[in-house]
This record gives sequence, structure tokens and C-alpha cells, in this order.
Amino acid sequence: MAQATIATGSAPAAPAPSSGTERGRSASIVRLLIQRREATVFLVTVAVIVYFSIRNANFYSEANIITMVQYIAPIAVIGAGEVLLLVLAEIDLSAGQTFLTAPWIVYFIHTDGVPIGWSIAIALLCSLAIGAFNGVFTVVFGVPSLVVTLGTNYALAGFVLIASSAVQVDMPGRTGTFGQVFGISNWSEIAWALAIVVVIWVLLKKTRFGVHTTATGGNLLGAAEAGIPVKRVKVWCFMILAFGAAFVGILDGIRIGSLDPAAPGLDVVLSGIVAAVIGGTALTGGRGTVVGTLIGAVFLGVLEDGFNLIGVSANWFILAEGVVILVAMAINVQLGILAERTKR
Amino acid sequence: MTITEDSGPSGAGPKVVDSREIVLQTEGITKRFGAVVVLRGVDMVLGRGEVLGLVGDNGAGKSTFVKILCGFQRQDSGRILVEGEEVQFHTVEDARAKGIETVYQDLALVPQLTVYQNLFLNRELTYGGKLGLMNNRKMRQLTRQYLDEIRVNVPNIDAEVDRLSGGQRQAIAVARATRQEAKILLLDEPLAAMGAKESALIIDLVKDLSQNRGVSIVVIDHNYTHLFELCDRVSVFQQGRVTFDKRVAETSLEELTELMVSDYRRQVMEGQAQLKGA
Repeated sequence: MAQATIATGSAPAAPAPSSGTERGRSASIVRLLIQRREATVFLVTVAVIVYFSIRNANFYSEANIITMVQYIAPIAVIGAGEVLLLVLAEIDLSAGQTFLTAPWIVYFIHTDGVPIGWSIAIALLCSLAIGAFNGVFTVVFGVPSLVVTLGTNYALAGFVLIASSAVQVDMPGRTGTFGQVFGISNWSEIAWALAIVVVIWVLLKKTRFGVHTTATGGNLLGAAEAGIPVKRVKVWCFMILAFGAAFVGILDGIRIGSLDPAAPGLDVVLSGIVAAVIGGTALTGGRGTVVGTLIGAVFLGVLEDGFNLIGVSANWFILAEGVVILVAMAINVQLGILAERTKR
Repeated sequence: MTITEDSGPSGAGPKVVDSREIVLQTEGITKRFGAVVVLRGVDMVLGRGEVLGLVGDNGAGKSTFVKILCGFQRQDSGRILVEGEEVQFHTVEDARAKGIETVYQDLALVPQLTVYQNLFLNRELTYGGKLGLMNNRKMRQLTRQYLDEIRVNVPNIDAEVDRLSGGQRQAIAVARATRQEAKILLLDEPLAAMGAKESALIIDLVKDLSQNRGVSIVVIDHNYTHLFELCDRVSVFQQGRVTFDKRVAETSLEELTELMVSDYRRQVMEGQAQLKGA
């Protein structure tokens, strides 16, 4: 069919033909590294793993891997949840405190005589309420979510300190199969965490909700004009993050067995955000990668654990984390500019 | 423009404009934002397959009028009739349900989504219900099919809209608006910031939609040359009213320009008088 065609004033170059030649292949690898942000952090993570495993043979021991995944699990879940918000060009600084507060709610309700299962269910409902509060406050009052969730963060931290009288307690729910499934078993926390991360990935990439989230973050007015309920989308994202954070928080509480009323929630949430950022999610909205965030969380876990293994003080990890954030952000921004150019 | 009742002594038959059946009509639309009166009673008719151009200075009320027609804003008073039946638009979806689609100045495309995702934005096809997984294959297939049908060529429907040229984006936006059997298409400055070649593509697309598919189209544009190429009829907005309404064949660029310039002179003189009075 001979067709008069409209448009294509300046057609962008077609994707590089995979010619199969050596040059074409290496060019397409470079292209992949530029276009897929996850690829960069993946390679760096592999390099770090190789380095630490050479420095210390215990790196691959089961005990060490368990230590690592337990560190990674909360970061991965909170990071993946934050991706939803970063895609919306929002942020939630209270998720770490939600993570810490949820097991306290379980504790308080359980000590009032409610069975552990119901206590957890109620704590999760509370987390949904916290997320809804963050979201509704943000969209109704037009206060930047950074500020709203900072407020929520301190309010929750204060609540825990007051309600606990600042005394450390033992976490309930650690007995029997229940305890094993919900945190005690070595692989329980990471299994749940991966499941949550996969759900968030599916949500963002494979469902209408995900497209609407991207649309809301990418072109707020346009999304609204297309009839997408942008405010509701935002509130849901805050709720999903809060729920995920609370869930792994409860698992973490059950695993560790005691609750510290003074644990700093901002540290937890910032680790998640760092994982998202070094994974290749920008803070400008419209784009985010759950896979990259998961790799970012693994990277942080490997780095923290590796420093420990080779006998470098934890203080160095904090310094390294700072350097990594700066380097990763610089790379992300520069790769973004490069990706723009190679597209045209 | 001549509006006539085309049948029966009772006058109950469909109204026509320039021998076209009237698809969209407004009566006395008013709108104010606080102290600012933007629309002071706008009457308009639009025939089937007709392309109507709206011109006027910035702030004359064209954009507000179009936003009311598409359900994004609500008029303070006045009636909107679609095919002779009064309608109440509370949301964009209400207007869509009546076959009114809009392409906004900001295009309402999401740069980070692909061509086909944009084409199906908020109308995504899924397996199962609203919460089901998306049927990307079907959406891709229908996108290809429809773009072929209206002869819009985009190199890759899996490309993010970010990567398209201005003309391609505009074509995608128009395609999205018309894909759903739109009866009425509202275009807010479709040719803004577009080169001559790309403008020609969009003009062809609009003509094709109106002539071959019977879509009635309202176009806002500042470029009179474009409007004369594109439109069957032109209405001029001045200070919230339609002050001039003629078929393109019965007016000229000179007449339109003269009208706008004289209005501008009058405004300047009024301004000076006010300054003196103050």
C-alpha cells in the first residue's frame, strides 16, 4: 500500500542495527550502559562484590550472606516504595520512622491483650493511615511532601518515645511457625522484601496505576487533563510506601527481638532514598527504576558488610556512602545528558 | 454565518449553520475569575465537519472558552448544547462522553511515556479489570493501525514521546483525541512553535479529519495565515465576546487584521483617557 505519510520532520535515528560485528556489539554495550541506568550500578556492584570476596574468603559464607540480606531487605523495600514517590516528583522522609513505629504499635496493641496476628493487622492499617495522612496533607494543603513527611517523621518519633517512656522492650510474636515466617527464619525478611519489591515493580511497570503514576510525575497538568485522578494517585503511593515500610519494620522487629525507642528513622529512610538514587532514579519526577533501586540496596549492603569484613571501621562506611552518593549523582546526571544526545 | 431551522413549520427540526447540521452550540456563556470577567456571554455554533477558528488577543477569553467546552472548567452561566441537547459538563470525562475531545496547548502528552502509552493514556487496555495487567500488545497493534489509518508516520511507537519532534508530538496528541470516535475536536494553538513543514502536516491532518471523517473542529490560533488555510469560518473574541463571525470565503486577511488593529488602537486610547482621568 503506497502511503502518503504525515509527520517525521526530523525523525530520530533508528536504534543501532545489531550488525553482529565486534564494533557494533561494543557500541551497543556502551549504548546499553548509557540508556539503562541499572546497568551501570549493576556493574559497579559486581565489581565491589568481586573485590570484597578476593579480600576476604568469608564473603561468600552463608552467615555473611545472611547478615547482608538482612541489612538489604528494609533498604530495598523502602527504596522501591520511594521510587513511586520520586517518580511523582515527591518524597517521603517519614517512611523510616513508619518502619520503626509499626512494631511498636504491634507491641502496644498486643500487650493490651490482642492476639499477635490482629495486632500486626491493626499496625498495618495504622501505616496505611500514616501514608494517607502524608498524601492528603500534601495534595490538599499544597505543602511540599518533603516538609510534610519530615513533620510526620518527628511526630511518630515523639509518639514512640512518649508511649514507651523511652524504655527498650521485647518484641512479641517470636514463637512457633508464625515467628519463623514473619522474620525469625534467616531468609524470611529478604523473601518478603523481594516479594514486596516485585509487587511494586509490577505495579509501576505493568499496571494502569503505574502508567498513571508516571504520567502524574511526568506531566501533572497533562495527566489531570487526561482525566487521571492525580491527587488520588499520589495519596495511594504514599500509602503503598508506608505499608511496605511498616511490614518490613514489623519483620525486622520480630527478627531482632527488641525495640529501641530512640532508633533514628531518618537514617533508615535516607538509606532507601540513597539506594533509589544510586540505582538511577532522578529526583525530578517521571522516571524511576525499581530494579536499579534493588541493585542500589544490594550495593549498600555489600559495601557496609565488606568494610566490616576487611576490618575497616563503620565510620569509613559513612564516609564512603557520602562519596558514593556524590559520584552516583554526578554519573546519573551526566549519563542523562549523554542519553539525550544519543537518542537524537 | 446563517443559522436556519431547516424543516417543519413548528421549527422542531435540526438547526443548521451554513447548510451543515449544528453539532455544538453555546448560548450566553459567562465566566469570571474573582473580579476579572473573562467571558461576557459567548454564543457560538459549530456545524458537522466544520473547522471554526477562534482568534483574539491574549486574555480575550478563547482559552477559557475552550476549557469550558471540554469540561475542564465550568461556566458561571449560559448553556452548552451538543446535537441540540443541553449538556452539563462537570469533568473532562463528561465532555468526552459526549464526543468532545481536546488537544491542549501543553499537549497533555507525558514525555516519559511511549507513543502508544500516550495514545491510550487513562484508557489503557488491560487483561481483566481496572487493576489487571496492561495489554500492551493490543495497545501497540491498535496504535499502529490507527496511525496508519490517519496517515501519521511515527518511526517507533515504543519510543518515548520525549524523542519526537514537535510536529510528531502534535500529531500524536491529535491522534489521541480523535481515536475514540470524537465528534468534536478542540485544538488550542496546534501550530504554535512549529516550522512550516510541520505545520503543513498538522493542517493536512486536521483537514482530513474534518472532510473525510466528519469531525467538527474548533481551532485557536494566532496566525491568521494558518487559520485561513485551516478553517471554514473564523470568530473573533474581543474582551470576552464574539464580535465578528464570518466564513473564511467571505472575509480576508486584511479585514481581520484591520479589525484587530483598530481594536488595539481603541484600547490604547481608552488607556490614555483613563490615565488622564486619574
